[in-house]
Amino acid sequence: MDVNLVPLLPAVQVLVTALVVTVRDLFIKDGESRGMLALYSLIGLGLAAAEVILLLGGRQESAFNDSFMLDRFALFFAMIFIIAAAMTILTSIHYVRQTAIHEGEFYALILFATVGMIVMAAANDLMVFFLGLETMSIAVYVLTGMWRSNGRSSEASMKYFIMGAFATGFLLYGIALIYGATGSTNLSQISAYLLDQPTEWPIYLIGGGFLLLIGFAFKVGAVPFHFWVPDVYDGAPTPVTGFMSVAVKAAAFAAWARILLYKLSPLDSDWVFPLWIIAIGTMTLGNLLAITQHSIKRMLAYSSIAHAGYLLIPIVVGVEWGGLPLLFYLLTYSFMTMGAFAVLTSMTEGNDARDGYSDFAGLGFKRPFLALAMALFMLSLAGFPPLAGFTGKFYVFRSAVLSGHLNLAIIGVLNSLLSVIFYLRVIVAMYMEEGGAEGKSFRQAPFVYIAVAIALIGTLYLGILPADALNWSRLAFSSLE
Amino acid sequence: MMSAQGFGDLTLLLAIPVIGALLLALLPRRQWAGLFIVALSASAVAFFWSLKIFNRFDGSNGEMQLIEQVKWMPAVGINYVIGIDGISIFLVLLTTFLMPLALLASWSVRDKVKEYLIFMLLLETGMLGAFLALDLVLFYVFWEVMLVPMYFLIGVWGGTRRIYAALKFVLFTMAGSLLMLVAIIYLATRHAQVTQVMTFNVLQLYDLQLPVEQQFWLFLAFALSFAIKVPLFPFHTWLPDAHVEAPTAGSVILAGVLLKLGTYGFLRFAMPLFPDAAIMLMPYLIALSVIGIVYGAVVAMMQTDIKKLVAYSSVSHLGFVMLGLCALNMQGVQGGIYQMLNHGLSTGALFLMVGMIYDRRHTRLISEFGGLWKQMPVFSALFLVVTFSSIGLPGLNGFVGEFLILLGSFSVTPRWTAVAATGVILGAIYMLWMFRRVIFGPLNNPENQKLQDLNSRELMILAPIIFLIVYMGVYPQPFLSRMQPAVELNLKRIFTMPAAPAAAQVDISGEPKNDGR
Repeated sequence: MDVNLVPLLPAVQVLVTALVVTVRDLFIKDGESRGMLALYSLIGLGLAAAEVILLLGGRQESAFNDSFMLDRFALFFAMIFIIAAAMTILTSIHYVRQTAIHEGEFYALILFATVGMIVMAAANDLMVFFLGLETMSIAVYVLTGMWRSNGRSSEASMKYFIMGAFATGFLLYGIALIYGATGSTNLSQISAYLLDQPTEWPIYLIGGGFLLLIGFAFKVGAVPFHFWVPDVYDGAPTPVTGFMSVAVKAAAFAAWARILLYKLSPLDSDWVFPLWIIAIGTMTLGNLLAITQHSIKRMLAYSSIAHAGYLLIPIVVGVEWGGLPLLFYLLTYSFMTMGAFAVLTSMTEGNDARDGYSDFAGLGFKRPFLALAMALFMLSLAGFPPLAGFTGKFYVFRSAVLSGHLNLAIIGVLNSLLSVIFYLRVIVAMYMEEGGAEGKSFRQAPFVYIAVAIALIGTLYLGILPADALNWSRLAFSSLE
Repeated sequence: MMSAQGFGDLTLLLAIPVIGALLLALLPRRQWAGLFIVALSASAVAFFWSLKIFNRFDGSNGEMQLIEQVKWMPAVGINYVIGIDGISIFLVLLTTFLMPLALLASWSVRDKVKEYLIFMLLLETGMLGAFLALDLVLFYVFWEVMLVPMYFLIGVWGGTRRIYAALKFVLFTMAGSLLMLVAIIYLATRHAQVTQVMTFNVLQLYDLQLPVEQQFWLFLAFALSFAIKVPLFPFHTWLPDAHVEAPTAGSVILAGVLLKLGTYGFLRFAMPLFPDAAIMLMPYLIALSVIGIVYGAVVAMMQTDIKKLVAYSSVSHLGFVMLGLCALNMQGVQGGIYQMLNHGLSTGALFLMVGMIYDRRHTRLISEFGGLWKQMPVFSALFLVVTFSSIGLPGLNGFVGEFLILLGSFSVTPRWTAVAATGVILGAIYMLWMFRRVIFGPLNNPENQKLQDLNSRELMILAPIIFLIVYMGVYPQPFLSRMQPAVELNLKRIFTMPAAPAAAQVDISGEPKNDGR
């Protein structure tokens, strides 16, 4: 029995931090400051990040009988999850006090969710993947409903839970069918089986693949499995929405990339066409509906659906060209979206979310830094160079052209055009209209500013000097082989 | 071909306005005079720096010069490559020349001055970058980068319908450019399949020979993007809105430089990259250009707002430029480039002068004016020179350009040229009619009786332009002789390139392995 525990290090680090935060929380009296819990969480995440960087230099190792692979791919995603979690915590420090969310549990749950995500990205076995998925999902269900004084938060949590349970059902059933067909839940063995017998697959193997596909489509919010997204994203506390639309989505795409895109790639030909339709439907519907929204938070929810559509393009494109753009786009998307949600969070005042366009009016000259950052995030999401969103989209569309899916590239750019309409509306409100809410100054919310600054640096860096990050993405995806 | 690794003079030219913008960002908001001085000096330094580049530039050589190359995303062949030739040097000079004047004309802006100046300087870098870029992705980046400051300039400092006009401007431009992006990627992919070299460098892509049907679609994608920018006839609807709503300096830059990027794009990218498609589609482009000339002129005639009139006259004038470029011969193309410079000067000056009387009266309606000659003699005299330049009076710059264009296009398509020539007459009609109604006649309106003539700042803005209008009309040779080698080379690229026979298409299995992942 393989007892190599090194690959578990980052996940365990985050898990231990979560437990420390939970336990320490019990010893703080009501009314005393719980700020140290955020600090503990950040330190734990920082240590985990350091371990990830150290492990990047070492050789790839697996644990538990080859069911947990901490390869470069997993480390790449672990880094995204850790950064997203850290930024969510930075963003939340003021928010949780404003909205009277219980701090200790909030941070601990974010850390638990992060553990689940790291496990998902590293899982080389369908059961381990499922374990990670559930760890993440349950933590996020609770996080969604943590704003207890707000009815919509509870509603969102309930909706998310029911929809998530459905998705879980699909996934489990798919796993069962694949196990039935191949005799294993280990991805390496499944992949070996598919390569050994390249033609005579039982029909329920393909059915199992499709059920997995549907489960993933639920999780990333792809059309037509997207109906839960707007309500859940709208109802959840704003930092949690940011966390969901970045980290949860990245985790789902990580598992999708490893399991379906890579390990089950022989089944590719069966689902290219349905995926093609899903990708186009997702981006088009997401963008069209985002135009009609009146709340920026809801607009960002639909925009996150649209971006799931762009992310599906590399998956349609397939394993040969799709890997690098998928990973790189997720990286760029994480920074700009986290940044946008951080700015949105800073608008919250007490129980009033202040997430309408009218609340942002005049922000450009009241809070120049926040507004400038928001403007850059919006331009980046719309795909303007030289920002991260442009380089991300460029590689996605390039992969479509390279693989002969010219139609996907054209529909993709036309969607970008649609998206300009609603992203620029935020800028119109901030710079070309008067009135609106104040937004927090640096003194009122220094940590939000730190989160915004990190996101801004990431957005600019990935847009202007993308060569290194491209290289990481390439190395990460090639480590699956 | 001289080629230097690393950054050099041209990069510094791009950096000067950015440095100015960064300095502005650090200055306190209230010091508006200080802000203006910093912005003006940055743009003036950029102008003198571009003169220095002009000195280093060898006018007898048609090749790209002073090339600078830095790795950017080398894995996929995207690099920072900039250079200059006899076509772009003059457009660069036009940009750096107009920018300080436009800033000086913005003196009356008191609202959010700091942001205004920052956006103006960033816009300058964007435009210069687009003229200098030799890498298609880099070109696309600059092409889009200049959209954002222009969007803000119209949207924040514009007129009453500014938000609508700004959004329309961005959406129109992006609709074209996004398809061009796909075409750029496709072109580079084809190049990689044929030559096993992944590159976006336009100098290398010129050598690629594609089958005509592929050229056709690629040319259409590029042409749509540039045609919207020019703007060619059916794609011009964003222009009057943008011009009317933009602040004076925005209009000057928009008409003076931004529109030229469309025609420049045709000349630099669309035509030489896809020569067969360009030759095939040329009759249609000529038709659209001539329709634009006449249509723009007729619509301009009916305008009641001076600024809108000038905006529609731009549609007409840019139609001339396109007609010259589409003639695909020496006179036509040279005339087209010359007319780009002329239009930048004369229309720039017209917008500046409209801005000057708008500052005084806060209206631009022709009916509000009349008899200004009595009250503002200096203004009226200068306005007359600019009007004459715009209608192409011999002895002023407009004549040289229009004459060369008509000469060039006549040898290709006499009939359309004849129609285009009526555009010259129509141009004289609407400009002079407007001039008569604004400047001559009785000074009836009591508001106009209090008008002040030009002050020294305004004279300082107009004097250099008037000088160039006369100089370029009397002595065009220094300009034309430096353009000639570059234009020759460009035409050679278009005409000596045989279309690849279908059999020469390399099959797709020869994918280069080193470029994606």
